[in-house]
Amino acid sequence: MSVADGLLTYGGEQQERVGFFTDTSVCIGCKACEVACKEWNLIPDDGSAWTGESYDHSSQLGANTWRHVAFVEQRKPLLTNGDGSTGLRWLMESDVCKHCTHAACLDVCPTGSLFRTEFGTVVVQQDICNGCGYCVPACPFGVLDKRHLAPAPDLPAFAKEDGRVWKCTLCYDRLKGGHEPACAKACPTKSIQFGPLDELRERADARLQKLSSEGWNGVQLYGRDPEDGVGGFGAFFLLLDDPEVYGLPPDPVVTTRDLPEMWTNMLAAAGALLVGVAAAFAGGRS
Amino acid sequence: MSSITVTGTEMRSYYGRPIVKEPTWTWEIPTYFFTGGLAGASSVLSTAARLAGNEKLARTSLYLGAVADIVSPALLISDLGRPERFHHMLRVVKVTSPMNVGSWVLLASGGASNVAAALELLGRLKPLKLLAEAAATLTGAPLATYTGVLIADTAVPVWHEGRRELPWIFGASAIASAGAAASVFLRPEDAGPARRLAVAGVLAEGALMELMELRLGKIGEVYRQGAAGRFSWAAKGLAITGATLLARRGKQSRAALAVGGALVCAGELCLRWAVFNAGKQSARDPAYVVEPQRRRATQRLQESRTGT
Repeated sequence: MSVADGLLTYGGEQQERVGFFTDTSVCIGCKACEVACKEWNLIPDDGSAWTGESYDHSSQLGANTWRHVAFVEQRKPLLTNGDGSTGLRWLMESDVCKHCTHAACLDVCPTGSLFRTEFGTVVVQQDICNGCGYCVPACPFGVLDKRHLAPAPDLPAFAKEDGRVWKCTLCYDRLKGGHEPACAKACPTKSIQFGPLDELRERADARLQKLSSEGWNGVQLYGRDPEDGVGGFGAFFLLLDDPEVYGLPPDPVVTTRDLPEMWTNMLAAAGALLVGVAAAFAGGRS
Repeated sequence: MSSITVTGTEMRSYYGRPIVKEPTWTWEIPTYFFTGGLAGASSVLSTAARLAGNEKLARTSLYLGAVADIVSPALLISDLGRPERFHHMLRVVKVTSPMNVGSWVLLASGGASNVAAALELLGRLKPLKLLAEAAATLTGAPLATYTGVLIADTAVPVWHEGRRELPWIFGASAIASAGAAASVFLRPEDAGPARRLAVAGVLAEGALMELMELRLGKIGEVYRQGAAGRFSWAAKGLAITGATLLARRGKQSRAALAVGGALVCAGELCLRWAVFNAGKQSARDPAYVVEPQRRRATQRLQESRTGT
């Protein structure tokens, strides 16, 4: 179902589609977004590790990390013309759920826990999620994960762990109250920009043009194109190298795109099973 | 930045970390792939035997299917992060979710096969029993194959790229399991069709696996590595030994039927574990995600350049 279809069901409550434009060229790696997200959304502590991977200590998005700042140290000049460059550069990127136009997590969720909000974002309803985990490998970005921490007080006594799937809600509660998401609010350099998606795309195009003309090495937009494999991201990025350098898939695809073909194939296999079993009786009882 | 060298070209990644998340599913899920396949194909086998007048086989497969249909949802519920919310699977009907569709199919097929088995045991309400058997047969076939779609509809490279073969492999494996399981409990004079199904299922499943690995190319190499590789070899060894025993000695010896049937079942269980572990391994290595996508992206870039 397209975002447009989803939004139609909201009738008068429908809102303009909003999202993030994360401009990594001005990110300073302060992690204020990670902290603000944890605080506002009451995300539990899941330990902190010294990874030795530059200044990264949260490593990846998951059930308890909804903003993750990646740090990449490179032997590469910042500008292609080599002006004023030491030949080294330090890239930082605040990663987040992409709130895809065609969201695999939402498609495969068997309970309807994952849903499209009136703002065009994708959110897990925690009172519905039963922790089946299907969305976890369905997401082409590895955003969602099951929370294995101790249960909240409102869970039944036999529950050994939380057991539900969690991810960025694009601060659905704050949006409802007319506020911008916590990470965007906390970002001191406007690397994380929140707003109507159309507006963000225009702003990103202008920014790309400016940085390209200044000769920034490897500058590119990621997830801005509504024609890509997931129909464009609700939260897209300006990167200074290819996506895989930041741990992002270079050409993500929503796998439910192939579902009609897969269902047909499955029915053919089921039919063959019926014929195959019948054929076993052709030779009589012996 | 770390970089891994794969097949001569440098692939860049973020400290070698996975991009796609490894499935959180535990042992219950690959085991269910086996029991669900066994349940679905047994219901079909039972009805076919009934129509052919082989009552002993019909009854054996009916009971086997009914038991597997009880074990299956128990396994699935046990795997949930919040088992007490299992019924949330049935609060919507959603064709974009193979797991939702599968829950409904399992409910229908398991319910029907258990009603039929109970009535068979009690010897009552024959018309209702026939109706239940018909329902279990029609829903049994998709029950045996939908799990192939379930895993193929994920971003795990070795599963999604195997989407053409997986439902067929699972269907063939289910046929082998149902035939083999029935063989364990039957005398040679009643076991003919079950035995033939077990042997044919093993052969079909083996050929389809080879075909899939061939087509997958580099992505398919996980089937020869680590846990997936070990389960893959165990599956082949057990299933082929069992099938050989069934084919060679199953006509005369009840013991050969029992041992051969058990070996084939063990082999098919290992096959499901091999596919399951292959998915986990495939998700763990970013190379399987990045390389094909990078090729695609570069090709598109080149096409757009030559186009303009």
